[in-house]
Amino acid sequence: MSIQLLSGNEACALGALKAGVRFFAGYPITPSTEIAEMMSEELPKLGGIFIQMEDEIASICAMVGASAAGMKAMTATSGPGFSLMQEGIGYAIMTEVPCVIVNVQRGGPATGLPTKVAQADVMAARWGTHGDHPIVALAPWSVMESFTLTVKAIEISERLRLPVLILSDEIIGHMREVVSIPESVAIHERKKPTKSKDEYLHYHDETNFDAPFAHFGEGFRIHISGLTHRQDGFPTNDPKVIKWKMDRLRNKTDLNRDWLHFDEHLDLDAETVIVSYGSSARAALEAKNEFEKNGSKKIGFLRLITLWPFHYMKVAELLQNTKRVVVVEMNQGQMTREIARAVRRDVQVIDVNRYDGELITPAEVLEKL
Amino acid sequence: MRKEIRLAGTGGQGLILAGVILAEAAGVYEGKKVIQTQSYGPEARGGASKTDVIISDQEILYPKARNVDILVCLSQKSCDSYLHDLVEDGVAIYDNFYVKNCASNHCFGLPLSVKTRGKFNREIFMNIVLLGALSEITKITQLDSLKKAIQSHVPAATLENNLQALDLGVEVVKSTH
Repeated sequence: MSIQLLSGNEACALGALKAGVRFFAGYPITPSTEIAEMMSEELPKLGGIFIQMEDEIASICAMVGASAAGMKAMTATSGPGFSLMQEGIGYAIMTEVPCVIVNVQRGGPATGLPTKVAQADVMAARWGTHGDHPIVALAPWSVMESFTLTVKAIEISERLRLPVLILSDEIIGHMREVVSIPESVAIHERKKPTKSKDEYLHYHDETNFDAPFAHFGEGFRIHISGLTHRQDGFPTNDPKVIKWKMDRLRNKTDLNRDWLHFDEHLDLDAETVIVSYGSSARAALEAKNEFEKNGSKKIGFLRLITLWPFHYMKVAELLQNTKRVVVVEMNQGQMTREIARAVRRDVQVIDVNRYDGELITPAEVLEKL
Repeated sequence: MRKEIRLAGTGGQGLILAGVILAEAAGVYEGKKVIQTQSYGPEARGGASKTDVIISDQEILYPKARNVDILVCLSQKSCDSYLHDLVEDGVAIYDNFYVKNCASNHCFGLPLSVKTRGKFNREIFMNIVLLGALSEITKITQLDSLKKAIQSHVPAATLENNLQALDLGVEVVKSTH
C-alpha cells in the first residue's frame, strides 16, 4: 500500500498498469490527457508500448490490433475523440477483441467545453456505434474508484472479449484525493486454446465467457473481420449464422447482467429516493445528508456504478417501495428516461439536471426533495 | 474541523499547483481528509483560474468549496468574483499589486508579487510565496508538511528557490502585520 494524493486520471492509469495493460494508443485531449501522460512515462519502464497516433480513429484501431496480438490495451479520450472512436468500438465488438476506453466526459456537442464537466455521453456510450450491440460502461465517483473500476473494466473486457467503457468526467478525472493504492491486483490471464491448430475456431460458441483466445502469431488460423462472420471468422450471408452471431454478441451482457451490475444504495425503504452516478452522486448524497440533519424523515440513495448494461429488473426491485425518484445528472435527462422505464408507472420521476459546465450543487438537489 | 480554501487568479500563476501542494501537505503528511478541485479555461495562460481545497477531519463528499473560509486572490477579477463566497469570519488574502479593491472583514493585502520579483527577479515562485503567507496567517498546515509536499512536486533544480520562496511568504506576513 502506498498513501498518495492522486487525481482520478492518475488513479485510472495506475489501475490499468497494475491490471496488466501494456499497450496504450491515444491522442491527447482535455480532460483526459493526464492518463496518456502517465502511461507514456510508465509503460516503457514495464516493457509496454505507448503510441501517440495521428487521431482517435487510428488509436482505437491500433488498440484492436495490439489486443488481438495478445496485449491488454487501453485508451483514454473525451467528447470529440469519443465520437471519432465509435466506428472502431463497433469493430472491436464485432471482432470480439477486448479493450478498455476511458471517456473523461466534458461538455458537448462538438468541441464544446474542453475544461468543463458534463455527463452527457451516457447515450453515446450506449448507442454511439451503429447496429445492435452489447456494451459495458462503468462510472466512478471518486479517485479510489477510478482505480478499482479500471481494474474491474479490464477484467470484464478480457473475460467477455468485449470493449468496456469507463465513463469518468472532468470533476472525477481532475479531482485529487488521498488514496492507498495496493502493491498489486489480480491480473486476469486469457485462456490458451485447448483445441489443435486444425480444430481451433476463434468464435467457437462452446463458451462465451473466458473463451480460449489464440493470438496473432501463435500459429493458429485466425480471421478477423468487421463483416458478420461464422465461427471461423470468415464472412457470411446465411441468415441462421447471422442470427447466431448477433445473439452471441447480445448474450455477452444479457446472460451476465447480475455479474455486471454494481451499485451502492442506502435507505431504499424511504418514500423518496435520489438516483445518481459519477460526480453528481457526490452532490446527491451530500443533499441526502443535509436533508436528514433537519428532520427525522429519511431519503433513499441509489448510486449506479454500472450504467450499461442497465439492469432494469434489478433497478425495479431496488425501487419497489419508492413513491418518488429524483434523478440527478449533468445532462438533459439521459439516465432519467431509463429509470422511468424501470420503475412502476405510478412512481413520480423528477429530474435535477445541469448542463452549463458547472458541477450540480447539493442545494439544487435539496430543492426537489 | 472543516476548512474550505479557494486560491484564485489568472492562468499561469501556478495556483493549481499551489492547491495540489496544500492538499498533499494536509492530506498525506498530516493525515487529514482532503479534496482538491480546479477550474480553468482552455487557454494555457491568461483567463480565470481557481482551485478549491477542502481540508476536514471527516469524509468530504461535495468536492467544491461553497462556504469559503480562506480566499486567496491574485487578480482583481477573482476578488470581485469570489469575495461573496467568503463566510462572515473568513479570511481574504490578496496580492496588493494585482488587487486594488478588497472589501472584507479580515483582509490581508500583502506585497506577494513585489517581494517575489525583488528576491527572484521574476514572479514564477509567487505561488509558493503565497503558501508560506497562507500558512503563517491561518496555520492551516505546518510549514514542514508544505516543505515535504513541495519537494515531491517541483523540479529538483528549483527546489532550493522554492523552499526560500516558502520562507519569504512567512517573512512577508511577519513584516507587514
